[in-house]
Amino acid sequence: MKIAQIKTKIISNKRFSGNYWHLEFESGVIAKNALPGQFVNIKVNNGLEPLLRRPISVHRVKGRKVKLFYEVVGAGTQVLSQRKPGELLDIIGPLGNGFDYRGAIKAKAGKNILVAGGMGVAPLVFLAQRLLRPSGAGNDTIILIGAKTKKQVLCAQEFKALGCTVRLATDDGSVGFRGKVTDLLKQQLSVTGHRSSVIYTCGPRAMLKAVSEIARENKINAQLSLEEHMACGIGACLGCVVSTKDGYQRVCKDGPVFLSQELIW
Amino acid sequence: MVKRIKPDLSLSIGKLKLKNPVMAASGTFGYAEEFKDFIDLKKLGAIVTKTITVKPRYGNLPPRTCETPAGMLNSIGLENPGIDKFIREKLPFLKKLAVPLIVSIAAEESPDEFLVLIEQLDKINEVSAIELNISCPNLQKNKLISQDTKDTFEVIGSVRKFTQKCLITKLSPNVTSISEIAQAAQDAGSDALALINTLGGMSIDVNKRIPKLGSWVGGLSGPAIRPVAVKMVWEAYNKIKIPIIGMGGIIDTESALEFLLAGASAISIGTANFINPGVSLEIISGLEKYMAGNNIPDLSQLTGKLRACQD
Repeated sequence: MKIAQIKTKIISNKRFSGNYWHLEFESGVIAKNALPGQFVNIKVNNGLEPLLRRPISVHRVKGRKVKLFYEVVGAGTQVLSQRKPGELLDIIGPLGNGFDYRGAIKAKAGKNILVAGGMGVAPLVFLAQRLLRPSGAGNDTIILIGAKTKKQVLCAQEFKALGCTVRLATDDGSVGFRGKVTDLLKQQLSVTGHRSSVIYTCGPRAMLKAVSEIARENKINAQLSLEEHMACGIGACLGCVVSTKDGYQRVCKDGPVFLSQELIW
Repeated sequence: MVKRIKPDLSLSIGKLKLKNPVMAASGTFGYAEEFKDFIDLKKLGAIVTKTITVKPRYGNLPPRTCETPAGMLNSIGLENPGIDKFIREKLPFLKKLAVPLIVSIAAEESPDEFLVLIEQLDKINEVSAIELNISCPNLQKNKLISQDTKDTFEVIGSVRKFTQKCLITKLSPNVTSISEIAQAAQDAGSDALALINTLGGMSIDVNKRIPKLGSWVGGLSGPAIRPVAVKMVWEAYNKIKIPIIGMGGIIDTESALEFLLAGASAISIGTANFINPGVSLEIISGLEKYMAGNNIPDLSQLTGKLRACQD
């Protein structure tokens, strides 16, 4: 699959709530080729500050339009949030290895269990979009969303609209299960069983590690989407590596999605 | 109307013939295949591979990079598959490109490793030149070879006996006098110098009170180091006769020209490859345009052609 470097106009770039923003741009080639879990690497301005691109996962694809959902966390995303519709953005993508969901869309597949922490919802919405079975043969995807408080629960409505069963966990119990999303995952697995289910997850590192552990105890496959600071984003600099059973692997090129059993924490 | 000349961008560095002076710098271009979707690799002047060692190296503890003002720090630690696997798995793609190939090599423990590497590479026709990386800051050594004139002289001298291929020596800017080291490299028989490797640097996360790199310190690259690099090229150019390949923060035609005017015969693109994978080709056409516009027929009329402010 070909990776493209494009300059394209921002269609919209709007605050969703708090520090969370939606950005939409048009790119036939990225829209057509992107798979859930893949990312684009954006030069947020033309200057030297910040110098490097910013990797952001693909949130939704509709026709030729690509939508990103990002959190303003530092200088790069701050600059990005100030960019206006009509301005050009230099974007490289789609990059990396996304989720492998080929097994999930077969007729006899088990449940898809999506686990998101905070901004980890961003690529999982795209995945949920692709997991919709064309036959409409019932809903087999459940998403567990974790956040600190009710206000920080993201994308619950989008997942509902895609036909997913949505369960929430908040640290303060302001909505849904009181506690960590990983505790909710344990509870979910004990209630529903999980024959041939697969876990797809994205979120903070500590959460991914806990999900890995739960997957191992329950003998379920889990696919984890990691986040790392990157320099090149295309596998050249070997900067964003993570420890695996095969030695260091590049998050940008070999990942960002890894099987839980491959990673060494 | 004056007829515009078509400038000649070709040049020779020892036995190495280049169609243009723009190279991809070691460590920033992988093994070229990573860039095949973005540019026509055949148009590059030369490709310098990621540094190869005798044995595979796993590299340093992450995090390995962090962004700094107009630059970045890295401490990759020469992660590479080792010479055998390099020849088996990475070289075939590079051979097919028919672009001058410069293989960067380093020794981990003893300078004798250079001889082991040279012995293997010397037999390969498609290897156009060898770059001796005696200046990597990320090997947790107290002293680099290129921080000592005697060590520099001895290592290059011993390697020189074992190959007729073009030898390029990459030097560290972390020295008191770059021209003394450059002189030692020339005296020992190096065909050219690559200036500069990264500057030692450190960055700290004050909230966590930890260094931003897993190995605490690393090498600074990008536009932040350009004035340092230009000065070192200029100093070395005034001292030595062998060609200099200039690098350090080149991101566009103007910054490439700074190096050429300071005395570089060719230039290498490093960190800028991460930001814009197509930057090398943009600079090649930018140089052509600049030379045509200024009636400069070939690179010899550009290298070191600096005037004093008062002229």
